Amino acid sequence: MDAFIQQVLSGLANGGVYAILALALVVIYRATPLVNFAQGEMAMFSTYMAWSMIHAGLPYWVAFGITLIGSFAIGVFIQQVILWPVRDAPILTLIIVFIGLLVIFNSLAGWIFSYTIKTFPSPFPSDALFSGQPVSTHDLGSIGVTLAVVSLVYVFFRYTRVGLAMRACAENPDSTRLVGIRVGWMLALGWGLAAAIGAVAGMMIAPVVFLEPNMMGGVLLYSFAGALLGGIDNPWGAIVGGFIVGVLENVAGAYIVGTELKLTVALVVIVGVLIVRPAGLFGRPIVTRV
Amino acid sequence: MTGNMEVPAGRMRSTVLGLSRKQWRWLGLLGLVTVAVGLPFVMEGYRTFQFTLTLAYAIAVLGLNILTGYNGQISLGHGAFYAVGAYTSAILMNLWGVPYWATVPVAGAISLAAGFLFGMPALRLQGLYLALATFALAVATPQLLKLHALEQWTGGSQGIVIIKPDAPFGLPLTQDQWLYFFTLAITVVMFVVARNLLRGRTGRALLAIRDHELAAQVMGINTALYKSGAFGVSAMFTGVAGALGAIAVQFVAPDSFNFFLSIAFLVAMIVGGLATISGAIFGALFIVFVPNLAGNISQAAPWAIYGVFVILFMYLMPYGLLGLLRRLVTRFRTVASGAD
Amino acid sequence: MALLEVSDLHAAYGPTTVLHGVSFTIDEGQITTILGANGAGKTTTLRAICGLLRTSGDVRFQGERITGKSTEDIVRMGMGHVPEGRGTFFHLTVEENLRLGAYTRRDKGVDADFERVYQYFPQLQERKHQQAGTLSGGEQQMLAISRALMMRPKLMLLDEPSFGLAPLIVQDIFRIMREINERDGVSMLLVEQNASLALNLASHAYLLETGSVVISGSTDEIRQNESVRKSYLGY
Repeated sequence: MDAFIQQVLSGLANGGVYAILALALVVIYRATPLVNFAQGEMAMFSTYMAWSMIHAGLPYWVAFGITLIGSFAIGVFIQQVILWPVRDAPILTLIIVFIGLLVIFNSLAGWIFSYTIKTFPSPFPSDALFSGQPVSTHDLGSIGVTLAVVSLVYVFFRYTRVGLAMRACAENPDSTRLVGIRVGWMLALGWGLAAAIGAVAGMMIAPVVFLEPNMMGGVLLYSFAGALLGGIDNPWGAIVGGFIVGVLENVAGAYIVGTELKLTVALVVIVGVLIVRPAGLFGRPIVTRV
Repeated sequence: MTGNMEVPAGRMRSTVLGLSRKQWRWLGLLGLVTVAVGLPFVMEGYRTFQFTLTLAYAIAVLGLNILTGYNGQISLGHGAFYAVGAYTSAILMNLWGVPYWATVPVAGAISLAAGFLFGMPALRLQGLYLALATFALAVATPQLLKLHALEQWTGGSQGIVIIKPDAPFGLPLTQDQWLYFFTLAITVVMFVVARNLLRGRTGRALLAIRDHELAAQVMGINTALYKSGAFGVSAMFTGVAGALGAIAVQFVAPDSFNFFLSIAFLVAMIVGGLATISGAIFGALFIVFVPNLAGNISQAAPWAIYGVFVILFMYLMPYGLLGLLRRLVTRFRTVASGAD
Repeated sequence: MALLEVSDLHAAYGPTTVLHGVSFTIDEGQITTILGANGAGKTTTLRAICGLLRTSGDVRFQGERITGKSTEDIVRMGMGHVPEGRGTFFHLTVEENLRLGAYTRRDKGVDADFERVYQYFPQLQERKHQQAGTLSGGEQQMLAISRALMMRPKLMLLDEPSFGLAPLIVQDIFRIMREINERDGVSMLLVEQNASLALNLASHAYLLETGSVVISGSTDEIRQNESVRKSYLGY
């Protein structure tokens, strides 16, 4: 039983990371109904930025903070400079641009930081009060960070002025213009926020899977699965979905399909959700305008 | 009355440098054939192998273009079908000693079935969601290939080694040269098949579905059949390419069929030109030789170039290199007529 | 100086030109109405003024040229647009909708304006925390007008406020619109298909037919006009 609990808790920890990344995906999906295929690679790149700062001697949380700010800036840059000119293009064009970004971030990381695997520190000391228990302090810390991020994002959207403007923009950009809110800025803000959120995900998973340019490929897939499962337009759904996928991945990996097939679990979830119930558990049904 | 026939303004000139358009076409084709046939005799073995691979990739890209360029169904996972073809070929040769040339049609048939089977549930997925599903397929493919249960066939993580075939009937060709011609012949066949398929009613139906599916349905086109059929045919092309590629490389292993292979095909399709047939060659040349040239700078450089190119293409040349060339040629013709 | 001056306004949706040189003026304090049949270009005129489409021509608001400016900049100059179909944010609450109207304001009068709006439309106060999408058609129209009011506009553009509403509710709304105009000094440009309703409220009118102004004048004059009476007033 102990081992099962361990799998579940470990799954929740991973799931927390998937939940954070899924949240980033949902933030962008609500602003511009598109899935950011490059979200994983952007998060990986942010993690490398943090790594270089830590490697240069900066304390962890300082590097963490600067990385968030830097990632925010990168997100804004991408939306304003790269996506703005093609904002009315057909969906194939936009997907291709995202894939292009994915590839650029991946190769830039390899180029600048090399492909050798690096270790990334965890901010949660391994000899805390819970040592000896069947779950690592990092896992617990990771879950804590997830909950913190989720709460902050919730408070931001629900109770701040700018958050309200962003919600309005996601729902009805034309009406948002009519009250004088600059839609372009709101989109930039959304992208910056998503990039910063993604950076957190990267920094939480790096201690576990080790830092290398391809580390986020699988994570992104699980996050897609989580976001789709919960409902791609629903932030709460994304979080619940992320946790479910995390636990499912671990439990299925340990007891049913073996660790080598974990990614296939994600594939099955994605294809299954898309075919059976594309809106996911909590999302709004997608209506196609004729 | 003597004198030249008046060519009305705006009408394209019927001859350039004394040859008609049709004659230019034949000349161009002749030139192409000469180059294609002469290539392996002037290049050394490795280069010939690279061109063989280019041909195989061209077939794969053509397959992808049928589905995505012509029919508008976005696939980010065509590497999976390439893998199906490659592994089919490798397993047949390795386990049952099937001669290499016979594995190609079998690989095509199995990929056709796989594509059709995937295409049916895919009918329910539009644009973005299909992209997501095929993305997932691409990421999961290497793992699927390492499946413990299939190891006795697939060779697991280590893959399968294939023995390079000799030229038949004692022809005075090296193995590389023979493989090149073998692949070239099949490439020509596949391109002719594609041309016939896409130039006629089928091609128009596919485009109609791409541009406005609802209108196509209303006009009586059986969109479900065409769409899953497109998936099947597209997979077949890519599967044939996979078999040819496997024979050329002499090796299949799960990690060579990762997500980046699917992206490479996508890049090639875009650079060569969406919804074109001959563009596949340009695209294939691009993805085979850019790593060759840029790989000296850094391992990462080719992919950075791919990413930048692809984005630039979306901004500037939505129709790829071939589209640009076509427009230049048209402009050349109209300028030539204007100068008369 | 006129509040709004429109000269030779052309507007197009893609390749199709919909407005062919529309010209009119609105003075401060006035309620002006644009009448016309379906497809005459009334809604297009309002959207063109707000910069929601590509236009050519000259539009001046309080003397300043606004053609070519972005919608966000134009409305910040003091124009509140109540769009066709209300344009409310369905998933946000009534109060959030109103707060968005006041988003760009930096002055301290916002709370007082909330009071004012709730005085005009007590139903909105009752449903403060309800999602806007759950309101009835009439209440949504009230919400849309209130949201525009929260911007403290000098000019309100209203696009078919009577559309789809029961006559009693329409009467209510139009009465309150007159109050807003008289008490708060908000000028109005009203687009309406219901000609008699519009002519009762407004002081000046323009008749639009296939993208051009064909008749203009005070509402008294328009009401007496033979062709208008026959085609749009039914007698």
